[in-house]
Amino acid sequence: MQQSNGYIILFTAIMTVVVGGVLSFTSQVLAPAQKKSIELDTKSQILSSVMDREKLGKMTPEEVLSMYDKRITSLVVDINGQSVETDEDGEPVVAEKVDILKNYKKEPEERLYPVFKYMSADNPEKVDAYILPLYGAGLWDKIWGFVALDSDLITIAGASFAHKAETPGLGARIATPQIQQRYVGKKIYDGDELVSVMMVKGEGNPNLSEHQVDGMSGATITGKGLNNMLANYLNYYQSYFKKLKNETTASL
Amino acid sequence: MSTETLEKSQEEEVVKTPSEGLLSKRRKRLMSDPLNEDNPITVQVLGICSALAITIKMEPTLIMSIAVIFVIVFANLIISLIRNLIPNRVRIIVQLAVIATLVTLVSEVLKAYNYEMYKVLGAFVGLIITNCIVMGRLEAFAMGNKPYDSILDGIGSGFGYAWIILTVAFFRELFGSGSFFDFHVFAALGWENFPTNGLMVDSIGAFMVLGILIWVQRSKTGYVEH
Repeated sequence: MQQSNGYIILFTAIMTVVVGGVLSFTSQVLAPAQKKSIELDTKSQILSSVMDREKLGKMTPEEVLSMYDKRITSLVVDINGQSVETDEDGEPVVAEKVDILKNYKKEPEERLYPVFKYMSADNPEKVDAYILPLYGAGLWDKIWGFVALDSDLITIAGASFAHKAETPGLGARIATPQIQQRYVGKKIYDGDELVSVMMVKGEGNPNLSEHQVDGMSGATITGKGLNNMLANYLNYYQSYFKKLKNETTASL
Repeated sequence: MSTETLEKSQEEEVVKTPSEGLLSKRRKRLMSDPLNEDNPITVQVLGICSALAITIKMEPTLIMSIAVIFVIVFANLIISLIRNLIPNRVRIIVQLAVIATLVTLVSEVLKAYNYEMYKVLGAFVGLIITNCIVMGRLEAFAMGNKPYDSILDGIGSGFGYAWIILTVAFFRELFGSGSFFDFHVFAALGWENFPTNGLMVDSIGAFMVLGILIWVQRSKTGYVEH
């Protein structure tokens, strides 16, 4: 009886229902906790581009979230630097919920560009840094991160990068503070021209200009991906920068 | 007449055999064999891929060990419970379905409560499904043994896997990153510029540590491959 086709079909059918039931139940039960973890992860990544990482690592999840609520205000802009309030369906757009990967698959003109403003602790009206998300391709898979610009919109205040599958010890070093620290204080504009900051080939290069950072030996292609990602996204935000600069000149 | 005596003697025999102890000698062997003489990694040489991939640091290795022990114990138990119901022709698929379900559970729980580790281990937790140790135990043991024995066998194989990858991770993290569970050992001992070995961070380092481990173990147990 156990070897009959009918029994096998019945057995696998029951098994499928049971397994499917167990899995969908777990997925439902754990969904809120997972959503919270992902939110916390995104927010700590945003904060890590402007904050001391060791300090951030010691904070409890609640502290990180309250810190984020206190210091970060966010908005979404389009390629022309105009702020976007609602999406195609008329739903309000939330910067934290903008999926960079989904937007990356659209044409640059159609994408949404979130901006996270890091407000000064003393004066909630004053912006300390503008944090922009980045997304691109490394050697093996996607890389992403955040770059923070000083309120002058020229100097890099901090950066945090992450990757999916870069080589451990080589390309994966982009996720370490050691590499990210190299970007601090570098300038993305040369006069009026956006030049971004380029990671050069090889490690231990002398005489780096203010638009260059030292490379990672053995990870030239990851470095190139990083350069492209940074240059692309700074470019996309150019109109927004111009708009901000005009506003500041006007208010002066 | 003759059949009567036969039945009688059988009854007597049943009465005579005392029930096996919870941790009888045979059952202890079920647990202790995979730790050393029949270790899944060093002797059976299974599960090597994950042993190389996740042993850069202690913490992810520990999480991975717990995940594998959980999956192997419960997969063994479930398969053993339904072993007489499983149609022989689709048994491999049934085993896979059970393993895949358990692995997905682990992965979902990690995603909810330890997102950092989920990011580090992500793909590798999913790959427990294809870890030959788990399927090997189901096919070789749980399909033909009682639930309790299967649990013990699962614990044995799980810990056999765990202690090897933890040992590998210990040496790789110590020499590759100069730390132990992210605690900088050498810096704490006053050796600030400990020259970390890049080879240890690479999979090649894992091969070397594993090779040495196998060498040491085999010279002790006298195991020879035929």
